[in-house]
Amino acid sequence: MKQRDPDLLLFHAPLLRQGMTTPKAMRDVIIALLPATGASLWFFGLAAALVIGSSIAGAVLAEWLFADRASRGESLRDATGILTGLLLGLTLPPGLPMWMAFLGGFVGIALGKVIWGGLGHNLFNPALLGRAFLLATFPIAMTTWVSAHPEGGFFSVYAGNLALPFMQAQVDGVTSATPLGLLKFEQEVTPLTNLMFGKIGGSLGETNGVLLLLGGIYLWLRRDLDWRIPVGILGTVVIFSAFLGLFDAERFPTPLFSVFSGGLLLGAIYMATDPVTSPVTPRGAWIFAIGTGVLVMLIRVFGGLPEGVMYAILLMNAATPLIDRYTQPRVFGHGIEKES
Amino acid sequence: MKKNESYEEFVKGIWRDNPVFVQVLGMCPMLAVTNSAINAIAMGMASMFVLVGSSFLVSVFRHVIPKQVRISCFIIIIATFVTIADYTLLALVPKVHKELGAFIPLIVANCLILGRQEAFASRYPTRLAVMDALGMAGGFMLALFSLGAVREILGDGALFGFRLFGESFEPWIVMILPPGGFLTLGVILLFFNWFKYKKDEFLADVAEAERSGS
Repeated sequence: MKQRDPDLLLFHAPLLRQGMTTPKAMRDVIIALLPATGASLWFFGLAAALVIGSSIAGAVLAEWLFADRASRGESLRDATGILTGLLLGLTLPPGLPMWMAFLGGFVGIALGKVIWGGLGHNLFNPALLGRAFLLATFPIAMTTWVSAHPEGGFFSVYAGNLALPFMQAQVDGVTSATPLGLLKFEQEVTPLTNLMFGKIGGSLGETNGVLLLLGGIYLWLRRDLDWRIPVGILGTVVIFSAFLGLFDAERFPTPLFSVFSGGLLLGAIYMATDPVTSPVTPRGAWIFAIGTGVLVMLIRVFGGLPEGVMYAILLMNAATPLIDRYTQPRVFGHGIEKES
Repeated sequence: MKKNESYEEFVKGIWRDNPVFVQVLGMCPMLAVTNSAINAIAMGMASMFVLVGSSFLVSVFRHVIPKQVRISCFIIIIATFVTIADYTLLALVPKVHKELGAFIPLIVANCLILGRQEAFASRYPTRLAVMDALGMAGGFMLALFSLGAVREILGDGALFGFRLFGESFEPWIVMILPPGGFLTLGVILLFFNWFKYKKDEFLADVAEAERSGS
């Protein structure tokens, strides 16, 4: 039984009309991601379109399949499925088989959103949940980074992309480690300009830091994101790595390297700020952001994995209800504890 | 009539009161040893032996066991059968025994088995108790097998060790790991609850139609 929209809406004052709706906000985020998506096409050719397209298709299919008939059109129209698929696609390695990207999108929406009760009820970011599932399920395919600019120009596709469903990917000849992997396992530092403009190995959408930042500024200007979260995460990471640099500048990454490498910008600007899975209070947002930043650095520097943005955000997602609970602003005139 | 009664006790454990999917009992072995179909079946057989054996004994002695110490009596009877199962598996199939490891002695802690003694075997005649134990153990084995089969097919591309999809199958590593157990069990429980919900809805509709028709 679905409650029908009432014909007459009654509200109490103030009767200000706020134009922002979920579909509009989602569309804004998609627009903000377009430059980075374009860059992934430029760097990885048609393969990027195939991987991102499959993950969007998987997400939208899950969205359509599990919606009840009455709300089916609505849940597709608000574009959250497309956004989840796009975000997930941007975190995937370019040589990933299309069927895995499809599965990731499907699982992300099915287990990350629908099962919790749909939009607004989920505890974890669906795109990151899909990615975590893929990483746990196909650890090798998910950490094989092919180098940018495939041999045959734009229209060539990595052999791995076309693997049949449930079949293994053929590993391409040329692979290249991510800057974080290079630093962690081979102590090799990637030049900063390469990091900023994307001449590196890595996930589809994470390689071009500048375009991601531009998208973030667009979202901030449109008031679609809570600026405290990206600023808090990036600030924590900068301070943390500057602090580590005091001890051993050789071994630990410089602050700028930390910011521009890996999925930090993508995660901090587009995923940690998901309004459903991040705290609603300003104080909570700061706690959330600082916690994420600290976890990212802890995993990167002291953990076994080269990159920790995904797990950091997912862990803080889990803490979000608790943060929200403890950062509720005090209602005026209420709640002062009396000494007894 | 008598025959129907024991049949009823047998069937309820397999489907309507399935110990895993409906009562959600015995989760520990359910999640721990179902990473392959063969392990699941071995675990199911061992549990079935223990459950049927102890239900039989408990039912036979139900008038002799004092009420105040019944739980410890049940546990001693169960532990006896667990020990027998443990040594039998070790002697006959040492490989499977090694894979199941600590979970064979842990059958004694399976609340499904103790639950049947307390709720059924200690109150009903032997014939019914054995039928009930058979049904419950059958349902438990069915659940173990369906979980183990799904996990082995996805996690290894095989069933009972036979490769199903050829050599180039990409294994879903997570399905072999503990999270895969939770995921699969969750999805199966989801399906069961959905099925029950739909069935209740359907029955309500039928009742409604009958009432308005008459």
